[in-house]
Amino acid sequence: MSDGNILEIHHLSKTFGKNVVLRDIDFSVKPKDVTCIIGASGSGKSTLLRCVNLLETPTSGQILYHETDITDRKMNAAAYRAKVGMVFQNFNLFSNMTVLDNCMVGQVKVLKKDKAEARKNAMMYLEKVNMAPYINAKPRQLSGGQKQRVAIARALAMEPELLLFDEPTSALDPQMVGEVLSVMRALAKEGLTMIIVTHEMAFARDVSSHVVFMADGVIEEEGKPEQIFENPQNQRTKEFLSRFRQG
Amino acid sequence: MSLPQDFMGRIGYLLSMYGESFLVGAGKTMVIALVGTLIGCLIGFAVGIVQTIPVSKEDHIIKRILLWIVKLILNIYVEVFRGTPMMAQAMFIFFGASAVFHYNMSTWFAAFFIVSINTGAYMSETVRGGILSIDPGQTEGAMAIGMTHVQTMMNVILPQALRNIMPQIGNNLIINIKDTCVLSIIGVVELFYTTKGVAGAMYTYFEAFAITMVIYFILTFTCSRILRFWESKLDGPDNYDLATTDTLAHTSGMYRYPDPRKGEDA
Repeated sequence: MSDGNILEIHHLSKTFGKNVVLRDIDFSVKPKDVTCIIGASGSGKSTLLRCVNLLETPTSGQILYHETDITDRKMNAAAYRAKVGMVFQNFNLFSNMTVLDNCMVGQVKVLKKDKAEARKNAMMYLEKVNMAPYINAKPRQLSGGQKQRVAIARALAMEPELLLFDEPTSALDPQMVGEVLSVMRALAKEGLTMIIVTHEMAFARDVSSHVVFMADGVIEEEGKPEQIFENPQNQRTKEFLSRFRQG
Repeated sequence: MSLPQDFMGRIGYLLSMYGESFLVGAGKTMVIALVGTLIGCLIGFAVGIVQTIPVSKEDHIIKRILLWIVKLILNIYVEVFRGTPMMAQAMFIFFGASAVFHYNMSTWFAAFFIVSINTGAYMSETVRGGILSIDPGQTEGAMAIGMTHVQTMMNVILPQALRNIMPQIGNNLIINIKDTCVLSIIGVVELFYTTKGVAGAMYTYFEAFAITMVIYFILTFTCSRILRFWESKLDGPDNYDLATTDTLAHTSGMYRYPDPRKGEDA
């Protein structure tokens, strides 16, 4: 059943106490897929993404990464996370380090690269996100859009096989949203495999190869972006997208 | 030379006669305070780090029990040493060691030991607070690039926690400089003990302690200024250099990032 899927999620559920956040989630990601997860706030999108990176422990179900179940307790979570990057809504840059160190520390400490190589690699990705001039800055000295681009460079510097974005533009003003989305568009074009939780509908429609619509912890509808955005079948998808489609 | 009658004259007399003793006493006070604070901080970090090790229900049962026991012991240590006067601890440990274990510790060793273990008890709570004060997003960011718990602590959390608790470390150092005087009770010859000796020799209590007050204040004030300076160093500069050779950027032409094209243009 796995035809070269990077990631397969089977019957994933997550509850916080009595609160059921995710119910029987199934989906899979192929190499070079750009999967956008859309849906109202509180529908479980972020929790799903956090489960994929094991920042939350799923209550039940399987997450297969190259056919290995990562929810197995014996799995080395840190080694897995080194291959699956994550970009957060609140950036989470290390505030005690400069921009350059933020992009180097993972390579040096986790991937055990030597400093010169890590620096070269970090510079390459910082240039890609147009943040190379800011290598000496501390995160507190940067704007939100700049921080998020550094955060993307930091994740890319680990050369992940799969990159997760958790509402990367939700804390940004419209101009900064533009900066960050253009970087992400470029990454999509290069064929990076990504899962993106986003409220940017136009971006999801244009960039993604696959769209997942979630409501109340379940996947209500999924498919090609044309299908979801032009011709949604599910009633809740129609309602959710009605404002966007009129605009 | 007889003892002058006026206050300043007596001060001058004491300084000329016992100046060296005062200096030696002040030096010993500083050594005890500095070493005690340093070792105390190390104890504090060790205890604080252990106290903040996350335990989840998925962990192995033996690991959970072990952690529970260790944390309990550390809690008892912290509560006992925070909850009793250092002066009483000094007596208890110094005389208890010889009475129970027949171990006669030197007064120097006792001084370092008591100040360190006391500071450690206070610092462990400070460190715990410092670690808890760091945004959980920092931990998530570190975990997301594959860092282990230890790597996250060493590279991300502790450096930030250390910066946040610097004022408290300074507080502790200053408290220790002053509180070493309670060690005079077990015969540690530090500044207070020296002063008592000098004062008693000539019945110049007021003058001798006037000198000592000034010395203590100089010691604490100097330390607090040095720590402030160190703090601002840790914060780094408010500005940063744009590492660019772009001639349109307002910082272009900085010598650290020379424009490779400059030579050709000229």
